[in-house]
Amino acid sequence: MTHQYPALTAEQKKELSDIALRIVAPGKGILAADESVGDMAKRLNQIGVENTEENRRLYRQILFSADSRVKKCIGGVIFFHETMYQKADDGTPFVQMIKDKGIVVGIKVDKGVVPLAGTDGETTTQGLDGLSERCAQYKKDGADFAKWRCVLKISDNTPSALAIMENANVLARYASICQQNGIVPIVEPEILPDGDHDLKRCQYVTEKVLAAVYKALSDHHVYLEGTLLKPNMVTPGHSCPTKYSPEEIAMATVTALRRTVPPAVPGVTFLSGGQSEEEASINLNAINTCPLMRPWALTFSYGRALQASALSAWRGQEDNATAATEEFIKRAEVNGLAALGKYEGSGDDSGAAGQSLYVANHAY
Amino acid sequence: MTHQFPALTPEQKKALSDIAQRIVASGKGILAADESVGTMGNRLQRINVENTEENRRAFREILFSSDASINQSIGGVILFHETLYQKDSSGKPFPALIKEKGIVVGIKLDKGTAPLAGTNGETTIQGLDGLAERCAQYKKDGADFGKWRAVLKITSTTPSQLAIQENANTLARYASICQQHGLVPIVEPEILPDGDHDLQRCQYVTEKVLAAVYKALNDHHVYLEGTLLKPNMVTAGHSCPKKYTPQDVAVATVTTLLRTVPAAVPGICFLSGGQSEEEASVNLNAMNQSPLPKPWKLTFSYGRALQASALAAWVGKSENKKAAQEAFCKRAQINSLACRGQYIMSGKTDTAAMQSLFTASYTY
Repeated sequence: MTHQYPALTAEQKKELSDIALRIVAPGKGILAADESVGDMAKRLNQIGVENTEENRRLYRQILFSADSRVKKCIGGVIFFHETMYQKADDGTPFVQMIKDKGIVVGIKVDKGVVPLAGTDGETTTQGLDGLSERCAQYKKDGADFAKWRCVLKISDNTPSALAIMENANVLARYASICQQNGIVPIVEPEILPDGDHDLKRCQYVTEKVLAAVYKALSDHHVYLEGTLLKPNMVTPGHSCPTKYSPEEIAMATVTALRRTVPPAVPGVTFLSGGQSEEEASINLNAINTCPLMRPWALTFSYGRALQASALSAWRGQEDNATAATEEFIKRAEVNGLAALGKYEGSGDDSGAAGQSLYVANHAY
Repeated sequence: MTHQFPALTPEQKKALSDIAQRIVASGKGILAADESVGTMGNRLQRINVENTEENRRAFREILFSSDASINQSIGGVILFHETLYQKDSSGKPFPALIKEKGIVVGIKLDKGTAPLAGTNGETTIQGLDGLAERCAQYKKDGADFGKWRAVLKITSTTPSQLAIQENANTLARYASICQQHGLVPIVEPEILPDGDHDLQRCQYVTEKVLAAVYKALNDHHVYLEGTLLKPNMVTAGHSCPKKYTPQDVAVATVTTLLRTVPAAVPGICFLSGGQSEEEASVNLNAMNQSPLPKPWKLTFSYGRALQASALAAWVGKSENKKAAQEAFCKRAQINSLACRGQYIMSGKTDTAAMQSLFTASYTY
């Protein structure tokens, strides 16, 4: 390692960096529409719609037909493989519909979790085999960024050192391969919100995980300016009895990121996990009004938190399509404001009342 | 590691963070006056002054009895053990003399290099034995920060993995122990400028070393907001045939830091290495003028680059005290301007000449 063998040329670096900056341009975030066939089954089941390829196509069409209002709040859309090759009713490929709006197209490239033997139910993520060839093909077919999700969980004896190290390593391999093929890798080390742990525990684990991720990225010679991070926000576990304000979540999250994510990373696009649409927007807004200095864009890469209302407005009925699209546009605009720290909440007690709740950061 | 056992209370964290902020307050840097007896011998020999305890005391008195307004440019002074217990001519202990100007007192804590067997002449640093007790005593005796210098060198086979990992680990142990005793640790992983390597090589190595350092600090639960970094600037080796401008050095250095140093670190105080007084100021200035983002303070921790002129003006004669002080104050003020990117070089055509040498196509 004393010798340097540049992984990328200056031109390759510039292309990657430009793509990343376009995705997280001020006020913009990502629509995660990359639910697998299995994930879509759950979503469609909840609104009484059959999980057919046609229904999945119709549903994505609702999202992708959003008008030019989404241009200022959506910088990228993540696709599932099947969706990359689907078309709208009029024959326009979905990829083109998105690109025509000036939005960057992304593709989920991991192949799901597999168990780590000898651990307490922990996993790593597969998908490295033939990844280079797949990336090259996706790039030809219109994708400029990719996403790979690793999963960790908090319990008395997890995440273990092995789980952290193995997932960080596989994320770094994926990132390196993507960049070789002109694709910006979104690095997603999700720490699940399941459990009764408190906010401090989540912050501690998140700091350890992210430190390992960035050490692995450095070891694998990944060009940070051409990557994005998709982490969990720092929150208490779902069954934690203590309640925390958006400001506390914001301070814990931004503190954890300031301690681990190098400023060279252009943007952090949070996953929404199990949060409701409004919760995810309020928390993102608090993050962007937090008094700590934030050297990266802090925005969204939301799936459920952008689509829940649209799905329930649609319910599989063609007549509801326009109304459903409106619901999506509404959430997109709200999150665009949250990414700028300008969202004042849906009229509840959030917003102004929240400012005074920021606690000094040495408590974190 | 899944469990958290907080290393510091919120009060301890606040105290450390406050000290660090005071040292690198706007426009301020550090006077590294911690030359060991042997090193002072080198300095004094050059001006034909005998290396006695009294001469060492007399020279340090000249520096520390400068007008109180020196506190606009100097936020901290690093002392050698002997100096911490010396007094000025009126019998006032040096720590008191420094503190009454509102300057923070620091103490060199390492005990020099020790060889790493099986490597190409590489070293680690000793000094961990009894370090906790020493820190507690120094804190009582007036110190609020510590300094520990690790050394790495660039050749075709170095720095090796072992040298990087071992030095990063020792730095992290030292930092952890300091914080337990209310001392802010200055972390110094110096990569020597010896050699004929180019700027890019130094950048590559510095990125790898700093990534390892921050991973080690994270592993050892060090509170980053209560630390400072003292790195080398990214420069070509002394015998490199190619010449680089201050802007080249600035961009290479800041890019490296953006990729490796978390925003939580309050300040980065460069060592001057073998640079002349002017070179060290010009390079620091170029960094602070650079359009690249800088989420931490970029300032100085200079030894020779602050004292060379003062030593030459003194030449061991007490009647030269005022001249020596003026020389020192002048360099301090210049470096203070450089911290703000406001240093305009002494009258020559330098500015224009340097501007045109900026290699826009140089990729980092």
